[in-house]
Amino acid sequence: MYNINAIRLDFPALHQQVYNHPLVYLDNAATTQKPKIVIDTLLEYYNKQNSNIHRGVHYLSQQATTAYEEARKTIQIFINAEHSHEIIFTRGTTESINLVASSFGKQFLKAGDEVLITAMEHHSNIVPWQLACEERQTKLKVIPIANNGELLINDIDKLLSKKTKIVAVTHISNALGTINPIKEIIKKAHQQNIPVLIDGAQALPHIKIDVQELDCDFYCFSGHKMYAPMGVGILYGKEKWLEELPPYQGGGEMIENVTFDKTTYNELPYKFEAGTPNVGDGLGLAAAIKYMNTIGLGNINSYELSLLDYATKKLKKIEGLRIIGEAHEKAGVISFIIKNIHPSDIGTILDKLGIAVRTGHHCAQPIMDFYKIPGTVRASFALYNTFEEIDIFVEGIIKAKKMLE
Amino acid sequence: MKIEKIEKEIISEFENFDDWIDKYNHIIEFGKSLQPIDEKYKTDSYVITGCQSKVWLHATFNEGKIFFEADSDAIITKGIVGLLIRVLSNQSPDDIIKAKLEFIEKVGLHEHLSPTRSNGLTSMLKQMKLYALAFKTKLSQNQ
Ligand SMILES: Cc1ncc(COP(=O)(O)O)c(C=O)c1O
Repeated sequence: MYNINAIRLDFPALHQQVYNHPLVYLDNAATTQKPKIVIDTLLEYYNKQNSNIHRGVHYLSQQATTAYEEARKTIQIFINAEHSHEIIFTRGTTESINLVASSFGKQFLKAGDEVLITAMEHHSNIVPWQLACEERQTKLKVIPIANNGELLINDIDKLLSKKTKIVAVTHISNALGTINPIKEIIKKAHQQNIPVLIDGAQALPHIKIDVQELDCDFYCFSGHKMYAPMGVGILYGKEKWLEELPPYQGGGEMIENVTFDKTTYNELPYKFEAGTPNVGDGLGLAAAIKYMNTIGLGNINSYELSLLDYATKKLKKIEGLRIIGEAHEKAGVISFIIKNIHPSDIGTILDKLGIAVRTGHHCAQPIMDFYKIPGTVRASFALYNTFEEIDIFVEGIIKAKKMLE
Repeated sequence: MKIEKIEKEIISEFENFDDWIDKYNHIIEFGKSLQPIDEKYKTDSYVITGCQSKVWLHATFNEGKIFFEADSDAIITKGIVGLLIRVLSNQSPDDIIKAKLEFIEKVGLHEHLSPTRSNGLTSMLKQMKLYALAFKTKLSQNQ
């Protein structure tokens, strides 16, 4: 049984009043709240273990180094990577994608080449590629979407060509909730020996990821969207690709030998981890993974899907409300608009009722342009949300609608 | 009427409301009743950036006074900008530049003042004060 009451007690931030209403937190796609075990891990680290890693011979440094490398292993096992050195610590999805776009760009992109992305990417899976493309006169191509928010998967065959050097696709759309058929896309790309990067920022908190089964070449995600602290994220890369890419940043930790003539680089993963790493938050990420494992990803997934289903049915009964993104395969994200009412007005009223949602373009402006809307209201669910919260949310929308019409 | 006097008027209007719903309903009504802006100013060159909703603002200068007109695609935002216009329109550049606008805090709209807030009251205010500054500079150059 899914013990929602016990789960909610694990998250201190959920238990507060906002404008005299109990907080209803439905902005989880932006960032999730943190369980006590993650917060305690940070406290424990700074209270007892803090020191710089990989450098000191002393006791604390050894302890912190061991803990950090264990965290790397925990993450490796969680996404079933073949090697722990395929796990690169970064600041988050954004930095992971920038790393690949920059290093891959330097090594492999030439004038006339193409990079293939989709029409539903977050800006952080668009702009780094645009930067790389501008620098090397490479072309950015886009897989279009259908009205229901699904990729036009058949168009991929037309868009993939000898010129395509890499494909970068989001696993789950943060604005639409669409789960993309990435396995199929990866297969199609690999048939032409083209590597694939997956933006997994929205996937990790909701579904089980197995990078070997997916056979993706790069997989990026952020800790803070999966119950871990802000400021830490992961780039998974296949060993063979990480070996071939040049370093992203230079500094301490990433070198083997430095003279003024030539520097040789350290082995993986350190080649891509210049400077003092974010040890505390890395340990926090491992703690968050352990927390999710104790509940079980399968349980989390089916619970969240029942929330999504319940909310979708209730929202559809509201007159004038249109859900944006009705793919067959969806994660716990609902974007919607209401006829003649601006999303930000709805968000403002919901806020007054203690309900936290996101309004706007969700860093995916091309999607809003596609639907010709200024933005949406987005509710996104986490493992701690309840059916009662959805009831409150729906009542809130009805109230807002009455005031604003 | 002086800026402070209009502010006082607004504050006493809002004192009649004891819950936020009435207050917001008032703002919404105010938005609905705002004089429509000339369509030719509803273009991107008159959009205030920094708001999640679109706000178009235009100002004219006549006999020492500045007159504002504005519109927004979001009704609460439109109500808020309408309140600002009620206070700052038909005032001299100097008075607009000096205005402290304490009514914002007193009627409880300060939560909209945070610079990152989606309805960007801060950006609207800044733009209105910039207009005042621009007209003032122009005036002194002409003298
Ligand atoms: C699909 C997607 N990709 C990338 C990102 C960027 O993540 P971060 O800001 O943590 O780097 C987000 C976060 O909003 C996202 O939803």
